[in-house]
Amino acid sequence: MRSDAALNAAGLRRDARAERIALFGLGLPALALVTVTMVIPVAWLFWLSFLGDDGALSLEHYRRLIEQASYARIFRATFEISAIVTAICILLGYPLAYVLSQLPRRIANLCMIGVLMPFWTSILVRTYAWLVLLQRQGLINSLGIRLGLWDEPLALVHNLTGTLIGMVHIMLPFLVLPLYGSMRAIDRDYLKAAANLGAGPTRAFWLVFFPLSLPGLSAGALIVFILCLGFYVTPALLGGGTVIMVANRIASDIEIFFNWGAASALGVVLLVLAAAILLAAARLIRLDRLFGGHAP
Amino acid sequence: MARDASLPITVRQVAKRYGAVRALDDVDLDIRSGEFLTLLGPSGSGKTTLLMVLAGFTRPDQGSLKFGETEVIRLAPHKRGIGMVFQNYALFPHMSVGANIAFPLRLRRVAKADIARRVDEALALVQLAGYASRRVDELSGGQRQRVALARAIVFEPRILLMDEPLSALDKQLREHMQIELRRLHEQLGMTTVYVTHDQREALTMSDRVAVIHHGRIMQLDAPRRLYERPANRFIAQFIGESTFLPVELADGIVRYAGEAVRVTQTGLPAGRQLLMLRPERLRMLQGAAIGDGAARDNLLRGSVQRTVYQGDSYLIEVRLADGTVVSMRGVSTERALAAIPQPGEPVALAFAPEDAVLMGEDAG
Repeated sequence: MRSDAALNAAGLRRDARAERIALFGLGLPALALVTVTMVIPVAWLFWLSFLGDDGALSLEHYRRLIEQASYARIFRATFEISAIVTAICILLGYPLAYVLSQLPRRIANLCMIGVLMPFWTSILVRTYAWLVLLQRQGLINSLGIRLGLWDEPLALVHNLTGTLIGMVHIMLPFLVLPLYGSMRAIDRDYLKAAANLGAGPTRAFWLVFFPLSLPGLSAGALIVFILCLGFYVTPALLGGGTVIMVANRIASDIEIFFNWGAASALGVVLLVLAAAILLAAARLIRLDRLFGGHAP
Repeated sequence: MARDASLPITVRQVAKRYGAVRALDDVDLDIRSGEFLTLLGPSGSGKTTLLMVLAGFTRPDQGSLKFGETEVIRLAPHKRGIGMVFQNYALFPHMSVGANIAFPLRLRRVAKADIARRVDEALALVQLAGYASRRVDELSGGQRQRVALARAIVFEPRILLMDEPLSALDKQLREHMQIELRRLHEQLGMTTVYVTHDQREALTMSDRVAVIHHGRIMQLDAPRRLYERPANRFIAQFIGESTFLPVELADGIVRYAGEAVRVTQTGLPAGRQLLMLRPERLRMLQGAAIGDGAARDNLLRGSVQRTVYQGDSYLIEVRLADGTVVSMRGVSTERALAAIPQPGEPVALAFAPEDAVLMGEDAG
């Protein structure tokens, strides 16, 4: 009996190991893909950014980033635009997610398809579509003038306004999706309890619903902000050369100046900043959870 | 307390339909000030709908609802000023225990110092003194239950609603909390409406029990009356265990399978009736004792079909001559257990005339 039991113990351990290996095997293709398409290029980028024009190790690209005021301006503009887009997305997306979360699930799912529809078209196509809508003789301007809403064509594109419109359009689903999920998870009994204890609808919302939706809101806002930092196509097409974000500068450094080192340094700095923001936010959210601020 | 601690509740002709289903079918109910009334029924009976109408979360199609003299049927939930304990407690997860209990006081703009004092008092009342700074997810089920209760009573509502508040607790804790809730009710004196599907809980805790079925109140009585004189077969089956025998009532004599059955109940119409027997009101007789039992009690003769040992009690199923199976329950004592007969043995079940309950056949 004793030896049988010992024999099985070894076999059971082997089974457990085999299961772990099988699980790891399932993750392997994705791991390989990420290594080839992400880890190696980023490492190469890192390496390039530390090579001077003469091919020797040097910090000259980073020194230039600090010394030239134009780089600081570009970084500031990038962060400002990302923050504005995130703010507009919150203003538009929060009420939308709220309405969806209060609808019956079946209807909400249908509406969700509408929210996700933009994903079916490439960013490039959507951005060109906005160009058609927003330009001086575009649909919106001609309609507005014909209806007498304004007399002169509004400058809706080839500037910051157009860039913001295009970016908000693309980013909105990234905010609505996690927010909707976290709102759905809020048990309606919490709101009933709030009402029963004397809170009218407005106070029940601000004291109970809003705090419980914060994890979803912060997750969505974070995704939008981080994705905005790397935007290229939309500011390039709708900004009309007046809106330059970091990605646009990287492109011009390579295409016009063939300066791979400078472009790499920009990329590395952007990557590090984005990672720092993510880490800081993750810590904030975790703290928030520590104080009980999560939906069940 | 300066003002009355409780209010009576008057429900008149409250109806609520969901499509073709009548969740509430013209319900009339008078709940006395300060009483502990339980709405008892199977799931889907309408008991929770009625509670939600009282709380204001379900809007009925018609009817009148008064707290004291005030009509409240159209009053928004947050203006009703009644306490409620939810089935899943609904404690706000983003607030500490203390903040949860302070919530109704904050909304009522109670002074800060008073809030702190009253939160502490409420916590002491539910025996959780010192828990104010705990997080809700650190608490056990029983503790959450107590916090939910403290939150529901801290603003001294005159009516307290409870929606199956003990259903998530294990049996031992549930029985402990039943006594606890009853003690709190006696201490605070607020009118309490309690919803449960657990008949034992209803009998244990309530001053009166309203049995609800198909959106209607079938019987409203004190627990003992409800158990001893159920109005119909449904209630008899829902509350406690019971066996039914078809009997004939003619010329004032009740007959089962031709033999007269002595009963104390009077005033029943002639014709076919049902005789309800509770297992614990039956005694089992064997051998020579059968003849002695017939002098005072009614006897049902049959043979043992099955015996079940259940710890504190035992159950014997006896098959009568016409095939009906009647169960009897006895308290497990060493002597009684030793005397349990083998399946197939002939026995008789004896019951006193006052323990025989007659009821109409069709109701239910």
